[in-house]
Amino acid sequence: MSAAPIIDVRGVRRSFRVRQGLFAAPRHVAAIDGVSFSVGAGEVLGIVGESGCGKSTLARVILGLLPPTAGEVLVDGQRVADMDRRARARLIQPVFQDPFSSLNPRRRVRDVVSMPLDAQGDVPAAEARRRVDEMLARVGLDPSMGERYPAELSGGQRQRVAIARALVLRPRIVVCDEPTSALDVSVQAQILNLLAELRDALGLTYLFISHNLAVVEHVATEVAVMYLGRIVERRETSALFGAPAHPYTKALLASVLTPEPGLGIPDTGLGDAMPDPSNVPPGCSFHPRCPVATARCRVDIPATARVAGGQSDCHLL
Amino acid sequence: MSRLLEVEALEVSFGAASAVRGASLALDRGETLCLVGESGCGKSVTALAVMGLLARNASRGAARLSFDGQDLRGLDERGMSRLRGNRMAMIFQEPMTSLNPAYTVGSQMAEVMLRHRGGTRAAAMARAEDLLGRVRITSPAMRLGQYPHQLSGGLRQRVMIAMALMCDPELLIADEPTTALDVTVQAQILRLLLDLQKDLGLAMLLITHDLGVVARVAHRVAVMYAGEVVETAAAADLFARPTHPYTRGLLACVPVPGKVARGAALGSIAGVVPRLGPGFSGCGFRDRCGEATAACGGTIARASAGEGHDYLCRLPPGWRAGAGAAP
Repeated sequence: MSAAPIIDVRGVRRSFRVRQGLFAAPRHVAAIDGVSFSVGAGEVLGIVGESGCGKSTLARVILGLLPPTAGEVLVDGQRVADMDRRARARLIQPVFQDPFSSLNPRRRVRDVVSMPLDAQGDVPAAEARRRVDEMLARVGLDPSMGERYPAELSGGQRQRVAIARALVLRPRIVVCDEPTSALDVSVQAQILNLLAELRDALGLTYLFISHNLAVVEHVATEVAVMYLGRIVERRETSALFGAPAHPYTKALLASVLTPEPGLGIPDTGLGDAMPDPSNVPPGCSFHPRCPVATARCRVDIPATARVAGGQSDCHLL
Repeated sequence: MSRLLEVEALEVSFGAASAVRGASLALDRGETLCLVGESGCGKSVTALAVMGLLARNASRGAARLSFDGQDLRGLDERGMSRLRGNRMAMIFQEPMTSLNPAYTVGSQMAEVMLRHRGGTRAAAMARAEDLLGRVRITSPAMRLGQYPHQLSGGLRQRVMIAMALMCDPELLIADEPTTALDVTVQAQILRLLLDLQKDLGLAMLLITHDLGVVARVAHRVAVMYAGEVVETAAAADLFARPTHPYTRGLLACVPVPGKVARGAALGSIAGVVPRLGPGFSGCGFRDRCGEATAACGGTIARASAGEGHDYLCRLPPGWRAGAGAAP
């Protein structure tokens, strides 16, 4: 990793107030609970975990869409909280999961892609037009597509529009939150190939959030595994997939169904207890589902241990 | 013994759009057939056509559509509803939208039983509790009194499965049953379905776009494209010797840990699934196919690539890319 990280997340915590009944006192639920990591320029950090583990909340905090309850996020050396929206938009941009709901249906594709430029307020119209055309071409869309409405496009084309909109300001970081989950496999492959091409051509850094481990293995240089608001393992991709350290990572990898017939359905050994962010177990929060938990895991929160190519939080390491 | 489900030359159209164009399927007791393909290929419509659940503006035709020897084509709505939920049951992708939010789990499950088999409510509730235990839901008696919103996604899908099993169906159609779930829960639900199938001798028609799921659960696979079944084979055979260009393309799109080099480009299929109208002839895949020639616009005969393995393409089995252009 290069000397100065482009994303630096320091002890971030984000909690939400939830009411569980009309007359019950509101409680605080921590969606992210003390997360720290940094990403070097040009890296692709994959973030994986089950629904409710806090991966999308983390994306929103890094994008500056949600202020953290505690801790801070630095992007390119500046605190996200101190930046104004326009400066932030020039540096970091999102691509969301569902291209059917993330594009304004009443705007033409050209206007959708041009929006970040218009919001800057100082880009001349002719210049904006030129950059939109250039970006449409870069994501593999015909310039004539610019005159269409999102409803006239297929899912893959819409996701290309969303990518063009994210890149039109030439940001350095793109936060992709499940960018291919709503797409068919053949289209998913097109979009993943496009993202890889653009990263090389434009020198981008990606934060790539996905529940699809096969996809993450394919695109990420490093992977962080989240469980109930914490990162339980963070390693270089090949190290993590080659020899997962944390029992949760092992279970996640075991549940991936590769297209290899005859292997049957794996037993994850996770049991039926589901993680509940509003009721985080004491000690290691994974212990109720952990097949190798000991008495200590029920009491003490595990410290971070060094493992080959990264780190992991588990008493058994 | 006749096959449990036989579908021959099924045609479904919605006005000027053909959703299913001559699809044929057959399913035996105790067998899992996976129907695989991308959005819009007609796999869900095929299942709905079998269940008699098509929208009113759809028209359905088939050379044969029989369940346990009984012709479904002439059956009226009353006859179909006697079969549905009873001898043939269906589970859907999104359990939240297919469960009624206003009724408890127990009363929804009991209703299925009371409607088809009669008996007392207490007996139906006892059966529901028994089945919830069987799909490995903890404290089933307590769950009977809960509403769908109080359950997690995995639990809801288990409830859907238990509900489908209330009347001991012979055929279970599962339309993307694990697509909305986390991988860990997906593995649990699929294991459960396979165990139940073995115990109860169910015939299962599993619709999915996930080739990983197909490889792990299917006995036989039917690949659909643009309303047609373009290739059918035993699961192991299909993955070892995919023959239709679309099947091969689909398999190349999936990143396989340890097999596809990281950073290498994935295979992809250019373009999108076309919307075909009635009267379309020739191969539906030809506009996206790297091997297409003028001959692909003519009638394509079904070819055999071995025992129980056939495909809809003019290329010979074992063709190599690029060789297709030769006369």
